[in-house]
Amino acid sequence: MILTQEQQAILNGEQGETLAKVMKTLIQYGEVFGAEKMVPVTGEHNHLVTSFGLKALGPVYALMEQLIEAGNVSKQTFSVDPRPLDPKVPANFLQNFIFKNFMYSRQDYYEEQLNKLGLMEKDAFTCTCYMDEVGNKPKKGDILSWAESSAVVYANSVLGARCNRNSGIMDIMGSVVGYVPYFGLLTDEGRKATWRIEIKTTKKPEAQLLGSAIGMKVMEAVPYVVGLDKWLGTELNDAACTYLKDFGAATASNGAVGLYHIDNLTPEAVEQGEALIADGAQTYVIDDAELERVYREYPVIWKNPDAKPKLCFMGCPHMSLEQLKSWTDRVEAGLKEAGNKKVVIPTVFTASPAVLKAFEQTEYAARLKATGVITSYICPLMYMNNPLSGKMPVITSSNKLRTYTTARYYTDDEILAQITKGGN
Amino acid sequence: MKEFKGRVIAAGTATAEAVVSHEGLNTIASFQKALQFGDKTATCGDQNNRDLYGKQMAGKALCLPQTIGSTTGGLVLYCACSMHRQPACMLFSKPIDSLAAAGAILADVWLDGVSMPVVDCLGEEFLQYVKDGMTISVSEDGTVTVED
Repeated sequence: MILTQEQQAILNGEQGETLAKVMKTLIQYGEVFGAEKMVPVTGEHNHLVTSFGLKALGPVYALMEQLIEAGNVSKQTFSVDPRPLDPKVPANFLQNFIFKNFMYSRQDYYEEQLNKLGLMEKDAFTCTCYMDEVGNKPKKGDILSWAESSAVVYANSVLGARCNRNSGIMDIMGSVVGYVPYFGLLTDEGRKATWRIEIKTTKKPEAQLLGSAIGMKVMEAVPYVVGLDKWLGTELNDAACTYLKDFGAATASNGAVGLYHIDNLTPEAVEQGEALIADGAQTYVIDDAELERVYREYPVIWKNPDAKPKLCFMGCPHMSLEQLKSWTDRVEAGLKEAGNKKVVIPTVFTASPAVLKAFEQTEYAARLKATGVITSYICPLMYMNNPLSGKMPVITSSNKLRTYTTARYYTDDEILAQITKGGN
Repeated sequence: MKEFKGRVIAAGTATAEAVVSHEGLNTIASFQKALQFGDKTATCGDQNNRDLYGKQMAGKALCLPQTIGSTTGGLVLYCACSMHRQPACMLFSKPIDSLAAAGAILADVWLDGVSMPVVDCLGEEFLQYVKDGMTISVSEDGTVTVED
C-alpha cells in the first residue's frame, strides 16, 4: 500500500493512537483485497448499518466509546439503519418484556453514542437513507464508506456512487479517518459485469423474486441485466427506483451483489451499454419457469407450514412514498372486492420516519389507517431476529426478510389476497 | 496427514479439532446463541446450514468456503472474539470475503490477548479432504496440517 504523507502520519500516530489503529485496520483490510492506495471519502453523509442497542454487542459499544473519548468522531454526519423497537408494532407481553429489558436494553445508550459520533438528526434511522425525504442521497461518483447491503447496492447501481460491500464497524472507521482502501467496486475494473442476465418473462417480473434468482446465481459478482427495461422503461422515475430498491436488496441478501447494471436504465449502463460486460462473462436466462422454480424451492421453516399467519411485514427495505400510496390503493381495492372493511391479518408497512412524515401529509394516510394497516419505522429484521418472534408465522413479500428470518415469502399479489381476504 | 498452504489474513498458531461447513457460513445466524443467549460453546444456530447446525464452533478449527449473509457479519465475529467464544482458527478454501476479513482484522487490531489465526485460499481440495473431528494445526506462515 502506498500512502500519502498525511495518511502515513496518521498511521504513525501523529493524530493519536486511536486514529492510528483506525488507519491500520483499513490498510490491513484493503491489503487483503489488493488495494494499493487509500482514497478520500467524498460523499456528503455516511450511513451506518448498526442501529440496535443489542445487549450482546457490548464490545462494539466499547469500541465506539474509544473513538468518542479520543475525539475521533465521524468527519461526516450520518444516517443509520432502522430502530429495532416501535410500540406501534404488535407484540405480546413476553416479547415486549424481552425486547426492552433483555435484547435491546442498551438502545438509549447506543443512540447517545451515535449522537456524539455524528448522527444527522434524531430520527435519521432507516435503511433507505437515499430517499429524497431523508436527504442522504449520494451523487454519481461519490466514494462512500457504507455497509448496509441494500443501501450499498442501491447507491452503486441506481445512483452511480462507489462503495464496497463493507462490514459494520468498517463503515464508521472509513468515515472517522476520511479514507477507504481503493479496491473492488471503487475501481472501473471492479464495476465490470461478469454475468449477462437475459430477462425473457411474459410479464413484469416480481422485483423481490427476480433479485433473489439473480443473487443466488451470481453471488458476489456484478450482473448486467438485459430486457428489464421492457418492463421498467428507460427513466429512473419513482416507480422504477422503488422496483430497483426491492430488486437490489434481494440480490444483496439472497446473494452478495454490491452492484448491478440494468441495460438502458441505470447510469453506467446508459453511458457505456454492453461495453460494461467483461470478456468471458457467463449468461443466465430468466423466464417465467425459472422464476417459478426459484419460488417453489424456498424452504418453509415454520413448525406448522399450514399455520394461519399472525403478522404481515411489508417494507424490508423500508417502503418509498410511492409504494405507500400505491399499496393504499391496492389494499382498499382488495378489501372492497373481498367485502371486508379492515385487513384480516395484522399488517405493518414500514418506512423511514421522514417518508412516514411526508405520507402523513397526504390524503392517503387516513385511507390506509382506515384499512387497519399499521405504519411503522421499525426494522422488521430486528423484530424477527429472536426465538420468540421466530416461532411466529409471519408473512412478507421481502426476500431479505425471508432469507434472514423465519418469515415466509409470498408475491405481492399473494400478500394482498392474504391480508384482504384471508386464507393461506 | 496432508499439508495445505494458504494466505495469512491474521497470523498465529493453533491446533484444534476440525468442524467443516461446505456451504457459506451465515455469521449472524450461526453466532446468535453465542452472543445473545450466553452460549460459551458457540453452538451454530443457523438452521439453513446442514453441515454446522447444532455443532460447537468455539475452540474448533472452523473450515469453510466463505461467510455469507448480513453485513453485520464482521462485527458479530469481532464480538465473538471479544467474548472469547471464537473458533480456534478460521480456514477458508476460497479468497476471504469482505465481511469475514473485517471481523478477523478488527479482532487482530483492536483486541488484546485474543488469538484467532485466519488463513484463506486453501483451495477446494482442502475442503474436500478435511472432515469433522480431524486434528488441524496452523503455522504462522499459513501452512495448515490436517491429521487423519
